Amino acid sequence: MEIKVLGTGCKKCDDLYDNVIKALSQAGKEANVEKVEDIISIMSFGVMSSPALVIDGEVLIVGRVAQVEEIVNFLK
Amino acid sequence: MLINLYDEGELVVLKYIFSFAWLDQGTTWILNRIGVDTGERFGGSIHFFIYDTIKILILLSMMVFIISYMRSYFSVERTKKILEKLGGFKAHVAASLLGIVTPFCSCSSVPLFIGFIEGGIPLGVTFSFLITSPIVNEAAFVILLGTFGPKIAGYYVVSGVVLGVIGGYIIHLLKLEKYVEEYVYQIKMGDTVIKTLSRRERIEFAKSNVKDIVGRIWKYLLIGIGIGALIHGWAPEEVLSKYAGPENPFAVLFATIIAIPLYSNAMGTIPIAEALINKGVGMGTAMAFMMATTALSLPEMILLRKVIKPKLITVFTIITGVGIIIVGYLFNMII
Repeated sequence: MEIKVLGTGCKKCDDLYDNVIKALSQAGKEANVEKVEDIISIMSFGVMSSPALVIDGEVLIVGRVAQVEEIVNFLK
Repeated sequence: MLINLYDEGELVVLKYIFSFAWLDQGTTWILNRIGVDTGERFGGSIHFFIYDTIKILILLSMMVFIISYMRSYFSVERTKKILEKLGGFKAHVAASLLGIVTPFCSCSSVPLFIGFIEGGIPLGVTFSFLITSPIVNEAAFVILLGTFGPKIAGYYVVSGVVLGVIGGYIIHLLKLEKYVEEYVYQIKMGDTVIKTLSRRERIEFAKSNVKDIVGRIWKYLLIGIGIGALIHGWAPEEVLSKYAGPENPFAVLFATIIAIPLYSNAMGTIPIAEALINKGVGMGTAMAFMMATTALSLPEMILLRKVIKPKLITVFTIITGVGIIIVGYLFNMII
């Protein structure tokens, strides 16, 4: 699984990243988690508000920090 | 049974709750019980501190929740789609109004700017959004509502919109497109998926906003209220109104300039402003200060530098700054 956390390095982006890590350990899954901070790459996902969560190429969350349980649901 | 809630056209119950008279009286009662005379200087300051802290924290949490819930029906992506279809002056008005309701943090200024330009939204319209959006933010609105009441908070919102519309329109007339960094025009955005949120997600969004905003500014509020409480008890009225009263032509200018290096955490300065106004500082001076802290923030300018050249940043700062100063003088004259 490929997980990307999009964001230009604001605090909320780090929060979302942390939640992703927590969700993965809760769900007992492994994935390739990557922070995408380059603006051009972020825009290529059609995202204008950070942070955003992309799993396997699909934009699932835009402009807010998703809660751990929410991300666990996405991982299933 | 019919309860007459109306008195001179206003809801008495709501007025009582929102005027926080209950809190005012309650604080006085408790302080008197423990032997603090609220009529005294010291007691007055303590009263101001406790009353203001509780009032602003209650208002802030409640209103940010409600406002965020309503805002969750809007998104930057949706706003972009709406603005792409509009043209002319009404696009500036729409951009400014959408700037109020669209959930947007200034840390996303750069992707928003690129996204708007990429979608063919004119530069001036983009600026109408970028000027109004930070000025009319939920925290500023709520703190004004709590300290000065709905009329002033309303004036504040209207001024923020007028500033955005006119400021953006001037930028449009000046034809400054060449001062946008070239690479911005080259970026191709991916297709935007607009997701509809469930009710639970909206509540979650509103809750996390309350946590975020209150968590971010409570310290500054406490410091601000503390200083406000000191001013309340000790600052000499004659001196303040002489130097910062509505009659001093430089007060507004000075307030706007010192606000630039401060960030939105300067929200904490509003309780100071309240205490100052009670001591004779002009309302317009306080308003100008508040607008300038949110609209003319140095961190945002540094972010915007990634997409626009220094000349456009300068023009944007001057137009917005002059606009804020005019609003400040107008308020000092009419209130």
